[in-house]
Amino acid sequence: MDKFAKLSGIAAPLPAINIDTDKIIPARFLKTIKRTGLGKNLFNDWKLNADGTERADFALNEPAYKKAEILVVGENFGCGSSREHAPWALTDAGIKCVIGTSFADIFFNNSFKNGLLLIKLAPTDVEKLMEDAKGGHNARITVDLEQQEIVRPNGAVIRFDIEPFRKKCLTEGLDDIALSLKQAPAIDAFEGRDRLSRPWLYS
Amino acid sequence: MAKPRTLFDKIWDNHVIETQADGTCLIYIDRHLVHEVTSPQAFEGLRLAGRKVRRPDATLAVADHNIPTTDRAGGISDEESRIQVETLEKNCTDFQVPYLPVLDVRQGIVHIIGPEQGLTQPGMTIVCGDSHTSTHGAVGALAFGIGTSEVEHVLATQTLIQRPAKNMRVTVSGTLAKGVGAKDVILAIIGKIGTAGGTGHVIEYAGDVVRNLSMEGRMTVCNMSIEAGARAGLVAPDEATFEYLKGRPMAPKGAAWEQAIAFWKTLPSDPGARYDTELTLAAGDIAPLVTWGTSPQDVLPITANVPNPADEADPGKRQSMQRSIDYMGLTPGMALNQVKVDTVFIGSCTNGRIEDMRQAAAVAKGRRVAAHVRALVVPGSGLVKVQAEEEGLDRVFLEAGFEWREPGCSMCLAMNEDKLKPGERSASTSNRNFEGRQGPGGRTHLVSPAMAAAAAIRGTLADVRELLS
Ligand code: SF4
Repeated sequence: MDKFAKLSGIAAPLPAINIDTDKIIPARFLKTIKRTGLGKNLFNDWKLNADGTERADFALNEPAYKKAEILVVGENFGCGSSREHAPWALTDAGIKCVIGTSFADIFFNNSFKNGLLLIKLAPTDVEKLMEDAKGGHNARITVDLEQQEIVRPNGAVIRFDIEPFRKKCLTEGLDDIALSLKQAPAIDAFEGRDRLSRPWLYS
Repeated sequence: MAKPRTLFDKIWDNHVIETQADGTCLIYIDRHLVHEVTSPQAFEGLRLAGRKVRRPDATLAVADHNIPTTDRAGGISDEESRIQVETLEKNCTDFQVPYLPVLDVRQGIVHIIGPEQGLTQPGMTIVCGDSHTSTHGAVGALAFGIGTSEVEHVLATQTLIQRPAKNMRVTVSGTLAKGVGAKDVILAIIGKIGTAGGTGHVIEYAGDVVRNLSMEGRMTVCNMSIEAGARAGLVAPDEATFEYLKGRPMAPKGAAWEQAIAFWKTLPSDPGARYDTELTLAAGDIAPLVTWGTSPQDVLPITANVPNPADEADPGKRQSMQRSIDYMGLTPGMALNQVKVDTVFIGSCTNGRIEDMRQAAAVAKGRRVAAHVRALVVPGSGLVKVQAEEEGLDRVFLEAGFEWREPGCSMCLAMNEDKLKPGERSASTSNRNFEGRQGPGGRTHLVSPAMAAAAAIRGTLADVRELLS
């Protein structure tokens, strides 16, 4: 996984609530056996009309947001299906950070495993950033993970919280499978004890 | 004296291998279910890193999302679907993971076959790369959906890095009225707490209504916990649970069975255990429900009218309500039981079990599907199909004009041929009415199996109580 460095980029506003993972990437694009290449299908049915032309009412179609690296989103973003194709599509399309009031649990986990930083903020702070994002090209927002700070275009600073373990994995680009494999002795010991207390689970 | 613990606390405590300073835990995973859509990249990751599957004996794979529900002896014609299924088969061979082949009678939707095979047992941790893994909580297992990176993590280590969830208890008491079932109970709960209401929580369902539900009904309730935003759903194991599991192929046998039961009986929440959030519902207040919008929380009794966004004070909610109503092609104020449907879908991991088939068949028996309606019945597994056929339910459906299909996810998510055309409207027993879920531009109304059968007969969303004598 790539290390998450300090990010300064354009933020796009997506204020709709309950944006589900079917909307982020519809099921018919899940037939791939790869992780890459899903960016082109990101928000497909929201982005495109049935005839393949771009919908005028979708923010990411506006020239100002074509290079957006940050999304500011409505509550409960990422609800629904557990498909990791949702963060894969987002990162493949160049999104590195999503800011909102709340995220669905599985989507939250999946995102961090792919180096995608999700930031939960109070509704008043998200509203401010949503307004900033509406400024288009001028909406450069800086996300400083090390300092846990977001710097708004007007220079104002918003602090954010992140669990220390998630922060460490992102900043150091850690492979958590390798970390867990180092726990093999503890896992072996657990199985040894468990085999005695629940023998019917071991064939 | 030890602090009273909930069912969730007990299962969690039993599985923690290590806790870090910030509260992040390494937990042991007892069983891992694998399907074709969310696993290829995980196996690829193992290959690239030269890793093995730690416990193939604790893993079971099946293909369900992509496969055709028409005769499949000739193979899968859609190339991408075929490649995904073949990839799963090859991965299972290479990594020695047990696999239920497409033509095996035990094949079916991953969340139907787990309990059916007795793989799903009380007190276990169970994961699958699929959000509806919450279904397995009906037997008192902590079961939750994970992403593909976590699938790879479990394959390699049999563990997951997780933080404990919060405890929520939802108590449903009283007696359900005629025509009201498990699906209406869970839709009522989601309508009440919203699709983010359970975020960060595991919901334990309690109360006499839940106790009196069959195991199939409990699975329907736990299945849609994810639509309430919860990580998992749980029902404390009881005699009904043991009765259900006894004799199933993967359930413990003989002395091991007695030993397992003794352990399972220690699992229910202790008196006085603390819940972070509590909710109670009166069964008598629950009517047969239907969704009108594009979120599972958009539920109303079938006797209600399409809501009017003008009545909503919050501008954000008003806007999203208007968007849903436009997408669904509805008019505010119109009676829900007048809304014409084109398609009826009975199936999915929410309502594809034998009891669901029986409930739908009871309404369909001796009646005819409306002329303009296409009605599909898709059993959740090959074994459900066989049992339904032994009971003559296939005849009931076929004589009424329903199609009787092979098992799979089918029109629940439209990854195979079964999908809605743009603008088409369905009454579906599945779990998600998101935009495009059942096909691009398709419009979904979520209902119970009995309500779905009633809609097929009437040709509109319909009140099943009018069809029950
Ligand atoms: S039936 Fe639907 S919800 Fe259930 S596993 Fe299949 S696609 Fe997912």
